[in-house]
Amino acid sequence: MNGMKIILNGIIKENPTFALLLGMCPTLATTTSASNGMAMGLCTMFVLMCSNMAISAIKNVVPDKVRIPAFIVVIAAFVSILQLIIKAFLPALDSSLGIFIPLIVVNCIILGRAEAFASKNNVINSLFDGIGIGLGFTIALTLLGSLREILGAGSIFGVNLWNGDGMLLFILPPGAFIVLGYLIAIVNNIKEKKK
Amino acid sequence: MAKLESSMKNMVMSLTFISLAASALLAGAYALTKDPIEKTQLANKEQAIKDVLSDKDAKVEQPVEITLDGYALPFVIYPATKNGEIVGAAVETYNDEGYGGRIKIMVGMDKEGTISEYSILETSETPGLGAKAGEWFHAKGDIRKKNPATIKFVVTKDGGDIEAITASTITSRAFLKAVQCAYDAFMKSQNK
Repeated sequence: MNGMKIILNGIIKENPTFALLLGMCPTLATTTSASNGMAMGLCTMFVLMCSNMAISAIKNVVPDKVRIPAFIVVIAAFVSILQLIIKAFLPALDSSLGIFIPLIVVNCIILGRAEAFASKNNVINSLFDGIGIGLGFTIALTLLGSLREILGAGSIFGVNLWNGDGMLLFILPPGAFIVLGYLIAIVNNIKEKKK
Repeated sequence: MAKLESSMKNMVMSLTFISLAASALLAGAYALTKDPIEKTQLANKEQAIKDVLSDKDAKVEQPVEITLDGYALPFVIYPATKNGEIVGAAVETYNDEGYGGRIKIMVGMDKEGTISEYSILETSETPGLGAKAGEWFHAKGDIRKKNPATIKFVVTKDGGDIEAITASTITSRAFLKAVQCAYDAFMKSQNK
């Protein structure tokens, strides 16, 4: 497999949000605006790239029976480092995403890729997989966040499109489910037609 | 290299080694980010104090801690003086009854307690709803130039004079309580 193919696989065929339906908690909770969704996607991508590489590098020295705790320790270490960096250098992001950063540890996309990909492939391919899946997640979250922000607040990336409040429902949790449902339907429809 | 067998010795060694390596990485990251984090927090607070005081040339004095009945943690008052006389204060206040728990605000007021400005320091309110508190109390529910002595700092729904954030009454109640506490604490510090 070459790098480009692995990256595209992550963005389209195995898109974590639209195809695998993994990581629904951060997907639904942080996409109240386009910028929040995108920031969450990029944070997850950073952790995914680091953890995929590290896990791929240590895969042979981790006995099978303790692989899950070993992977979680690796993932948690990278997430904590990310959290410290964000607190130190991006305080605005820290206040808008806050609690969802440490929760990346339990995002099943990351453990899922460690299990399904990084523990079976070499370091370089694992890095590409991290980039691909991370980009797929970022694109999906940005899309979802943009739609919710447009419908719910009448703005995108904080820029007002029209005056007024928009439909508040779309900022609230039910709006996340509704928009995500339609997005998955549309994406699946496009995929079916291509076949 | 073949995969390590799942023997007791291998499992313990592998987990110990990974945990140690992760701890070392974290310790390094902590040491590198400790100073910038403290600096950012301090800068945020100093900026907030400056922002909320109406008199920009006033000198900010050493903080005073005031406790109020029914509140466990003290309220921190940063008195602002000009030529040795108190012209107002920035009060770091909080309330624990927000929709997402604690709300921490910096409230600026003149020496009569009339609110000049406020700045949110910490909230876990719902984005798009309660988190609007940062702008709301400048706009529809404007609290500036109002004095808690003459105006009731309670949402209109509860018989007060301040309009609550749309669909976020709980946040608004907690916010207004925090402002009221800031006023009470400042008045208490003045009457000492």
